Amino acid sequence: MHNGAKNVRVAGGQGFYGDTPAALDSLLAEGIDYLCLEALAELTLAILQKDRQRDETRGYTRDLPGYLARALPYVADGRTKVITNAGGINPPAAARVAIETAKQLGLSGLKIATVLGDDVLSRLDTLHRAGQPFTHLDTGEAFSTMSSEPLFASAYLGARGIVDALEQGADIVITGRVADASLFLAPCVFEHGWSWDDWDRLAGGIVVGHLLECSGQSIGGNYTGDWWALPDPWELPYPIADVAADASAVISKPAGAGGRVSTDTLRHQLLYEVGDPARYLAPDVVADFTSARFEDLPNDRVRVSGVRGLPATDTYKLLLAHHAGWSGEARVAFSWPDAYEKAKATAAIFVKRVVAAGHEVDEWCIEYWGVDALGGVTVPDAPGCEPPECVLRVAWRCAEQRTAGLIGRELIPLTLSAPPAGMTGMGRGVAGGSNELLAIWPTLVSKDVVDERVTVTMQEVT
Amino acid sequence: MARVALRELCGYRAGDKGDIANVAIFADDQATYDVLLREVTAERVKAHFGTMVKGNVDRYEARNVLGLNFLLRGALGGGGPRSLRSDNLGKTLGGALVRLEIDVPDALAGRRRARPDVAWADAILRESVRR
Repeated sequence: MHNGAKNVRVAGGQGFYGDTPAALDSLLAEGIDYLCLEALAELTLAILQKDRQRDETRGYTRDLPGYLARALPYVADGRTKVITNAGGINPPAAARVAIETAKQLGLSGLKIATVLGDDVLSRLDTLHRAGQPFTHLDTGEAFSTMSSEPLFASAYLGARGIVDALEQGADIVITGRVADASLFLAPCVFEHGWSWDDWDRLAGGIVVGHLLECSGQSIGGNYTGDWWALPDPWELPYPIADVAADASAVISKPAGAGGRVSTDTLRHQLLYEVGDPARYLAPDVVADFTSARFEDLPNDRVRVSGVRGLPATDTYKLLLAHHAGWSGEARVAFSWPDAYEKAKATAAIFVKRVVAAGHEVDEWCIEYWGVDALGGVTVPDAPGCEPPECVLRVAWRCAEQRTAGLIGRELIPLTLSAPPAGMTGMGRGVAGGSNELLAIWPTLVSKDVVDERVTVTMQEVT
Repeated sequence: MARVALRELCGYRAGDKGDIANVAIFADDQATYDVLLREVTAERVKAHFGTMVKGNVDRYEARNVLGLNFLLRGALGGGGPRSLRSDNLGKTLGGALVRLEIDVPDALAGRRRARPDVAWADAILRESVRR
């Protein structure tokens, strides 16, 4: 099905797990055909994996009901459809929650599709034996050298499964690890009837998706221009794109809302988390971000056009993660005078005490907030003026969870037994928490062995 | 010629992919971009970050948006869910890069990006928060 010359109106209603559903209201009121909710970062998959380890019914982003509660009345009216990768590493569980949410709102007849097939964890060894090398994409390390069992293995699927679901009449599409931008490409392909080898149009859709996938970041969030001059930054709206059949698009924001849409706000997002911008490897197409033309229009609108694409590769990105030890951390604030020196001395005393106590620490990270924590060694010179205060932050990695939790205890006695006037503001890490670290292992997997298992399941809310 | 910090010449944004940080900078005009192309080389950026970046630095051009994109390999202490750093996602590395000082022609010598004016924030805080 395609709708001919009419533009498709897509919105980026979520940029990460933890974003605010309140931003949906102005988008939905504005009138949008598709609300795309992007919930997954690399870090998010690791969080969801820990969640699923504790409870098998979890592993999806649990703020989904809050999003659906706002969107479903519009979905039920046929005014909008929802596409989300909030399924994380457990899309069926997310679909169950979506159905519950609809029932609670008294809505029936909604069709909820679940796209499965991105999770290849149970097939990893079989696939490896069958010739998938799973070499670490960045370091070149062999799969056999991974130091512990993978905890999740998610392939970055493209738009096809979502398009299948839309063709089957889905009102809500829930996926696992579909690539961020492909969530937005899918409704464009479905509505405009683009073919899967129309590389330029597919690339245009990917650029739109990339500009919308981080919610507020294209409307002035994290903007390094005159960020202080953005209208009403306390109600930063999220972005909308009107995508034409030729894949050109106008990016905008809800009328009357705060923030700003300009070529400058958008170009900062264009290169965000991108490698070679001339070859952006989406699952559906290789997009040339350097071919995009931006044109400022009146009233916070920007036309994006001219995007070129190249044939997609025959692999998906595949993200694995494995256990990498346990961490803990502690923070202490020191005051003027000599705040930095006191912090350094305390760090040294603390480290010596931990070693003397017999704790095995595999890695230390010592930062001085207010002096060099966020620039690290890049600070060209020592600070020219003495800081009025300095927060020492010490983090550590241990093989043993118990050890990671004990180490902070060594800091507490320093309250009365360390450099002067300022052991204060201790972080809660001192009380003895620990956090599991996961190392991620980006790699590639052949599309054919993944695609043969991608399925779309349709459920109707009764 | 004069020396100017990048913060006066460009915008910036940084993000993460695994243990790779990407830091993009954006010139305000073509003349500035030409200077950035010449001065802000991958080698220069690698030296600026020093031992914080364990691997290579690659540079990519996006001339359509007057942008340069740097990939800093091995820059995040092992990657987001593994890193012990408070900035485990490398979000602040853009600010770290624009501390770099480069040689610019005299025409750009006095260039200074606007500084924040947050009088509106002071007003809100005066009204809503007693300190």
